[in-house]
Amino acid sequence: MGKYILKRVLMGLLSIFIVATLTFFLMNLVPGGPFVAEKSISKAAQEALAAKYGLDKPILERYATYMTDLLKGDMGISLRQRGRTVNDIIFSKLPVSMGLAGIAVAVALAIGIPLGCISAYNRGKFFDNFIIVLATCGIAIPSFISSVLLLYFFGAKLAILPTIGLNSALHYVMPVTALAIYPTAYITRLMRSSLLDVMGQDYIRTARAKGLGTFKIIFKHAIRNAILPVITYVGPMLASLMTGSFVVEKIFTIPGLGREFISSISNRDYTMIMGTTIILATFIITANVIVDILYKVIDPRIKLK
Amino acid sequence: MNIKKLIALIMAVVMVVCLSACGETTPSDNGGETGSKYADSITVQIGPNPETLDPALNSAVDGGNMLITLFETLLIIDQDNKVQPGQAESYTVSKDGLTWTFTMRDGLKWSDGSELNAKDFEYTFKRIADPELAAPYGETVVGMIDGFDKASEGDTDALNVKASEDGKTLTVVLAYPCSYFDKIVAFGTMSPVQKATVEANGDAWATSPDTYVCNGPYTIKEWVPGERIVCEKNENYVGGWDSEKIVTKTINFLLLEDSSAAYAAYTSGEALMIKDVPTEEIPSLTKAADGGDFYVDTILGTYYLSMNTQKAPFDNPLVRKALNLAIDRAYVADVIMQGTYTPAYNFMGPGIVDAEGMFIDNAKKDNGGKTYISEDFKANLAEAKKALAEAGYPNGEGFPTITYSTNDAGYHVAVAEYLQQAYKELGITLNIDKVEWASFTPLRRAGEYEMARNGWVMDYNDPSNMLELLTSTNGNNDGKYSSAEFDAAIESSKCADTADHFKYLHEAEKIAAADYANIPVAYYNDFWLQSPDLQGSWHSPYGYWYLQYAYVEAK
Repeated sequence: MGKYILKRVLMGLLSIFIVATLTFFLMNLVPGGPFVAEKSISKAAQEALAAKYGLDKPILERYATYMTDLLKGDMGISLRQRGRTVNDIIFSKLPVSMGLAGIAVAVALAIGIPLGCISAYNRGKFFDNFIIVLATCGIAIPSFISSVLLLYFFGAKLAILPTIGLNSALHYVMPVTALAIYPTAYITRLMRSSLLDVMGQDYIRTARAKGLGTFKIIFKHAIRNAILPVITYVGPMLASLMTGSFVVEKIFTIPGLGREFISSISNRDYTMIMGTTIILATFIITANVIVDILYKVIDPRIKLK
Repeated sequence: MNIKKLIALIMAVVMVVCLSACGETTPSDNGGETGSKYADSITVQIGPNPETLDPALNSAVDGGNMLITLFETLLIIDQDNKVQPGQAESYTVSKDGLTWTFTMRDGLKWSDGSELNAKDFEYTFKRIADPELAAPYGETVVGMIDGFDKASEGDTDALNVKASEDGKTLTVVLAYPCSYFDKIVAFGTMSPVQKATVEANGDAWATSPDTYVCNGPYTIKEWVPGERIVCEKNENYVGGWDSEKIVTKTINFLLLEDSSAAYAAYTSGEALMIKDVPTEEIPSLTKAADGGDFYVDTILGTYYLSMNTQKAPFDNPLVRKALNLAIDRAYVADVIMQGTYTPAYNFMGPGIVDAEGMFIDNAKKDNGGKTYISEDFKANLAEAKKALAEAGYPNGEGFPTITYSTNDAGYHVAVAEYLQQAYKELGITLNIDKVEWASFTPLRRAGEYEMARNGWVMDYNDPSNMLELLTSTNGNNDGKYSSAEFDAAIESSKCADTADHFKYLHEAEKIAAADYANIPVAYYNDFWLQSPDLQGSWHSPYGYWYLQYAYVEAK
């Protein structure tokens, strides 16, 4: 197990290195630059800026400098938010995004798994159809629609929920709802189909033949197997909620990382692009490693190599 | 049954987790101290998170709006757009227009309570010229000062700005006469910064309230990037604004990016004023003129189209004339842009001042009471067809298909689609090339386009700021328009005599209009929602809301 983890961590580090290298060269291929505005700044000022941030150097040299600094944990200074370092920006915004994404994942699991079970348990009956219709809607409605609808009804029309920032428990209601709708719906469907699949297997038939009650069969025997696909999904879901919450963060004015991730690209804020990409890659890779280890805990049949 | 219990249990756990994860609630905004006539705080929205609040580094209008609230320049612009004494109580100009001497007010202070004098301004001006800092507006605001060429190469002491030994006066010597230098020193970029703070903290001094030392009516108390900036009344303020009228303790600036979020904040009463109004709400809003809360007001800017005059067929003035006159500006401004813009028939729009009166009024007077482009669209269209035929393309025959480049924001694509229709009338096919923002301006600047959307909002209220875009050497001359006659007129306008200055600028505008150097389409306006509760603030044609005197009466 220890050997396995070490191997996975080393592979993870290699993946991060490849992601960083590819991103570095790709972003420099995109036309435009960080110092673009409707009004051009004078050529002298542009050159001075390029010199200040080392953008006048050959790309390989810049790459080498960046990677050396990265190893020391220094992700450079933001090219657009003058005076702020990428480390500062990321580490002030990461907890906000993590908190929000974490709660959304918890909500999605807490609602999605039971709904999936109920649906599978009542297969073909009214409850099942009802839940499937809801889940399909949840998957089909993008977060920018649900966010705006929530904002419109609860923020503007009824004015019962606060709309700006995350300063109190009530502030979390709308953004968490908007973020959790899709994963909840997805988990519901995943859980349902997976449970139905497991329920058809021989060992369940054996359990029934032994005379066990349905409830015990589902909770003791079926769920442990059926939940595996859901756990696989949690890692990527957490990572994508953290950086993919651009729209939700924008609409509810949440100072999170998702906005930085998108705006750094449209602003060509090279150091921020690198910083946010590396953080995201690290998250996805870490989440996957953890999920792999969890597999082992849940399903002893799985051998870690 | 058991499943239900389980669900209930899980949900209860989730709720507890949610509640415990969240912090304490913030105190509510409007309180009103007992006995005070005014509410303690007001909340407004004037733009998203500013990229920087360092006066020298800022180049955005929303950052500029913060700066006029936090800082005070040597001179300030009042409610009637007149230049008034700010940190300087008076100034004199030598006869040749080159030497400007500012006398400072007594008892000036920084927000940290320390003394402020002319030496701070000397440091500030030299810092702006420093190539190490790379201030985006450096050349615009200190480029006319003697010694700028040397200063911009690194020898900042070469900049001819000198504070007297006692710090009472500041003498600035210009390289050439600049009759509007009073407006330049009133520009936000010229706000003083404290040498000790800047040197101790580098660029980071302007990112944290602890090190943000300013000298205006308000200071920064809290800045949550991407969420809000809380400004607090500066008790150490001494300057041109009337301290008696600064009555609100805190101003909250909500840093909203999304217009529907801004609208929700306004309708729920959280914000008293919002700048970002969703365009889809505009038809349902009542204009202030009709007793409503939706305001539309002039700013000093023109939405125009650039044609690449170095490329055929745009090198032909007759073609440019045809493309110019085939546009129904009233339709574009009133229908496509929902009345949030004003149709533009001259390049220089309303609000721009002249030696006497308004520049646009005097331009009309010179031109027989008419704008350079007629307001009669039908006649224009007939003229356009005629001009195109004269250019050798009757009914557009033989005219190449042209490409119009624009980024996708605001009304830009809607305008592009209108142009497609309008030019079809001339028999011209226009393709739209939507370009992503960060690539768009470099493409336009490099001249890699045929026709492109363009726009300019003025930095200071002098027509030269916009007309100079058309001089052949200007970095923002995207159309690559080049006319020796026009360049000469602009050069002559750089004189000490105000009357002459404007005379030559009128001449320059006339030359560009006769050449159809570009296609003015509409004048920019600011449009915003403001609650009747918010009093004492005003909007200036620079695109700023002055909030120092803003108040809400306590209920």
